[in-house]
Amino acid sequence: MTTEHTPPVAPPVSNAPLRKLRFHILRHDPRNPASVPHFEKYEIDEAAGMTLFLALNEIREKLDPSLAFDFVCRAGICGSCGMVVNGRPGLACRTLTRDLPADISLAPLPTFELIADLSVNTGKWMRGMSERLETWVHALGEEADLRRIEQPMDPDLADRIYELDRCIECGCCVAACGTARMREDFVGAVGLNKIARFALDPRDARSDADMYELVGNDDGVFGCMTLLGCHDVCPKQLPLQTQIAFLRRKLARQALGRSRPEKS
Amino acid sequence: MKVIYTDVLVIGGGLAGLRTAIGVCRRGHDAIILSLVPPKRSHSAAAQGGMQASLGNVTKGQGDNEDVHFEDTVRGSDWGADQQVVRMFVNTSPKAVRELAAWGVPWSRVRQGDREVIINSQKVTITERAEAHGLVAQRDFGGTRKWRTCYTSDGTGHAMLFAVGDQAIARGIPVHERTEALALIHDGKRCYGAVVRDLISGDLVAYVAKATAIATGGAGRLYRVTTNAVICEGIGAALALETGVASLGNMEAVQFHPTGIFPAGILVTEGCRGDGGLLRDASGHRFMPDYEPEKKELASRDVVSRRMEEHIRKGQAATSRFGEHLWLDITLLGRAHIERNLREVKEICQYFLGVDPAEQWIPVRPAQHYTMGGIRTNHTGQSPTLRGLFAAGEAACWDMHGFNRLGGNSVAETVVAGMIVGEFIADFVASPKGEIDVPTALIREAVESERAKLDALRNARGAERADAIKIEMQQIMTDRVGIFRTGQDLELAVHGLQELLLRSRNIGLRHRVDGPNPELVTAYRTQKMLKVALCIAAGALARNESRGAHFREDFPRRDDATWLRRTLATWEKPADTLPCLHYEPLDVMGMELPPGWRGYGNKDYVDHPATATRAAEVAAMRERLAGGDRHAVQAALMPYEHLLPERLRGRNERIDEALP
Repeated sequence: MTTEHTPPVAPPVSNAPLRKLRFHILRHDPRNPASVPHFEKYEIDEAAGMTLFLALNEIREKLDPSLAFDFVCRAGICGSCGMVVNGRPGLACRTLTRDLPADISLAPLPTFELIADLSVNTGKWMRGMSERLETWVHALGEEADLRRIEQPMDPDLADRIYELDRCIECGCCVAACGTARMREDFVGAVGLNKIARFALDPRDARSDADMYELVGNDDGVFGCMTLLGCHDVCPKQLPLQTQIAFLRRKLARQALGRSRPEKS
Repeated sequence: MKVIYTDVLVIGGGLAGLRTAIGVCRRGHDAIILSLVPPKRSHSAAAQGGMQASLGNVTKGQGDNEDVHFEDTVRGSDWGADQQVVRMFVNTSPKAVRELAAWGVPWSRVRQGDREVIINSQKVTITERAEAHGLVAQRDFGGTRKWRTCYTSDGTGHAMLFAVGDQAIARGIPVHERTEALALIHDGKRCYGAVVRDLISGDLVAYVAKATAIATGGAGRLYRVTTNAVICEGIGAALALETGVASLGNMEAVQFHPTGIFPAGILVTEGCRGDGGLLRDASGHRFMPDYEPEKKELASRDVVSRRMEEHIRKGQAATSRFGEHLWLDITLLGRAHIERNLREVKEICQYFLGVDPAEQWIPVRPAQHYTMGGIRTNHTGQSPTLRGLFAAGEAACWDMHGFNRLGGNSVAETVVAGMIVGEFIADFVASPKGEIDVPTALIREAVESERAKLDALRNARGAERADAIKIEMQQIMTDRVGIFRTGQDLELAVHGLQELLLRSRNIGLRHRVDGPNPELVTAYRTQKMLKVALCIAAGALARNESRGAHFREDFPRRDDATWLRRTLATWEKPADTLPCLHYEPLDVMGMELPPGWRGYGNKDYVDHPATATRAAEVAAMRERLAGGDRHAVQAALMPYEHLLPERLRGRNERIDEALP
């Protein structure tokens, strides 16, 4: 191996002078009758490598201790910090300020219940969706004997299931969805992706007909208007467009009675 | 006053809490889970590289079994672990992987035939067996003699958390999201539940339960530089500590992960090195073989982190505008491997560093990562001093990690502890001991006391700012209670933290509402965090030896003669500024693996007087039973199976090891 001689490559550091950042943040406390939704302006100095996680914490620490927002992992894996950044839903923790203009507007994700300011109740929405769609493996028979060797699975199939299992339920797809704005009970790309994930999983005993019962309607796969905002904003780059199209074909076949009874 | 009654109150909605609740529910008891955040956002999701279980499916895992996993874990712990608990763990871990497989975790699977891997920077072809095709695969991790870490790409914790979280939903287990326990309700002998604050409305509610289980994870945020999520503040440990009755075990045992990205401290998995990645210095030199010829980059985490800091002290660090660091090189693994098995690493590098790890090296430096210590429990997960209080996972010290945890053993512990402790809690609440007879005045007083504390904080006009005190605490912990410790630094740390604790009693808020109020939350949490930080610093100051992750430059040797004992910290009175430290000895004569050299790291240590006797006894027993069944040998050396819940007893089937 000759890697000993490869020169280390330092992370690129922008030479642009650091800017004054102007944040315009939508503020509202729905539990306070006197509160009126409004944008509040905060100015801070940009720092090298600054993310919206760092910027918002600095604003709270130095300028306004009442500002509400949610972060947990601050590493782009837990899905807590979805918000609308300059008009586009995304994960705040891994958004670098250097990729944004000096004026940054932040608003809570629409569609979800507002807790305060940038904090929304995605957890409640996601639990409701999970309960409706029964987003768990419906076991085929009795509980597995845990002392025995596990059931084998094709390695490629395991990878394909993981590909869809990577959803972090951040809610960006729902916030970017036209149907979700109009239909309160629309399950969103997050829900459809889960159905696609369990439809793929041989450990789940549910048939296509069962899946049709769950999402074969206008609150499910036939409610999608194919605007595909979900696909564009998904922070995990899930193949949502493909999955929705696949489910629609599969369930349309099911509705027309041409589906095979077993999983395809 | 609102009171909610349930059989089992589980505080914490990560993997340990979820699995504990599932365990008690399947036995027919009710449980409620409290969680600061939606459970699927818990820090369990951050476990990337995998979970150790001795399945032995891959070629490089052949010959693995509970015995090897046991020895690796005890050596990793630097003999600080409770060996019977380690035995319970290693026997249950394969069952946990298999349960999770049945629940839908998309474990990465073995593909039969040849494949090319990187071992010690060389390309090697290994051949996977046909009979292993499609079974759960294992990768290499630090401090292990076999490839044992089961994984789902590098999103293992995420996949596990979603599968277990969905099982909890399937069973209809209520999760009260965005709620926070402020205090345990107890009478000095028995725990009856907790006083809980709704983080949205600010309302206080009393939860009364036959059993209360704390599964709140670690305390990484006591440090400035940590891989931990912002919710990992050690509040569960503080809840137990503030009872004055329950104790915290080995809080000075704090792990620093070798590869936090620099400077943000975000974790990149040990799987990077397990899969063949190398550590390099400013000049590109691979330095670990110079220090650790046996295990190189794959010595245990405490050892690798120390060697990295040692190398930085020798002036070999790379520098950036943020300071000194080293490099993690995974370019040799190739783009295809990285995009399949290390995709979270790739995303993190891309978003936070602007680096493509298939082409460029990753700037890394050790960062606080794991809390080996926690709420002291016995092997059932119950506090020996406060009946009805249980703990599981990183929040607990039952004590399977001793002074250093192996990579892949923590996410494994979450579900294994949930399985085991869940059964014991179910036994407890079904037994006469589980009955409660609680005076309503005790509940009322507990709620009133917390209400009074919150009102005092909200109305105080104190001069101190909560976030400033918290930042000072984090700085002290990172500067003085880190990888290299000295008596002098630790004394300064203890004094500094005591001062901060006093100042924290004079906090004034700028924002006084009772609903969603981040400043109020920081204020009451900081008061709690300081007590836990003092347990760490005081425990570290008292321990005049080096063991596992606790390294004293002024006492560099492991001293079994004096220190083969567990630190127990209690907080006697609320007004105190220091914990009381007590010690419980580890029983060398009961050990299956008597203390010795770990196989990496420092070879210089002081023996316990009983070590030679026990070592001779173990050797004689092994000789007498040589050639016999390994289970019989184990049972003769240190029986443990009777300690497991009945449902979880029994051997584990492997390709090379049929069930009897």
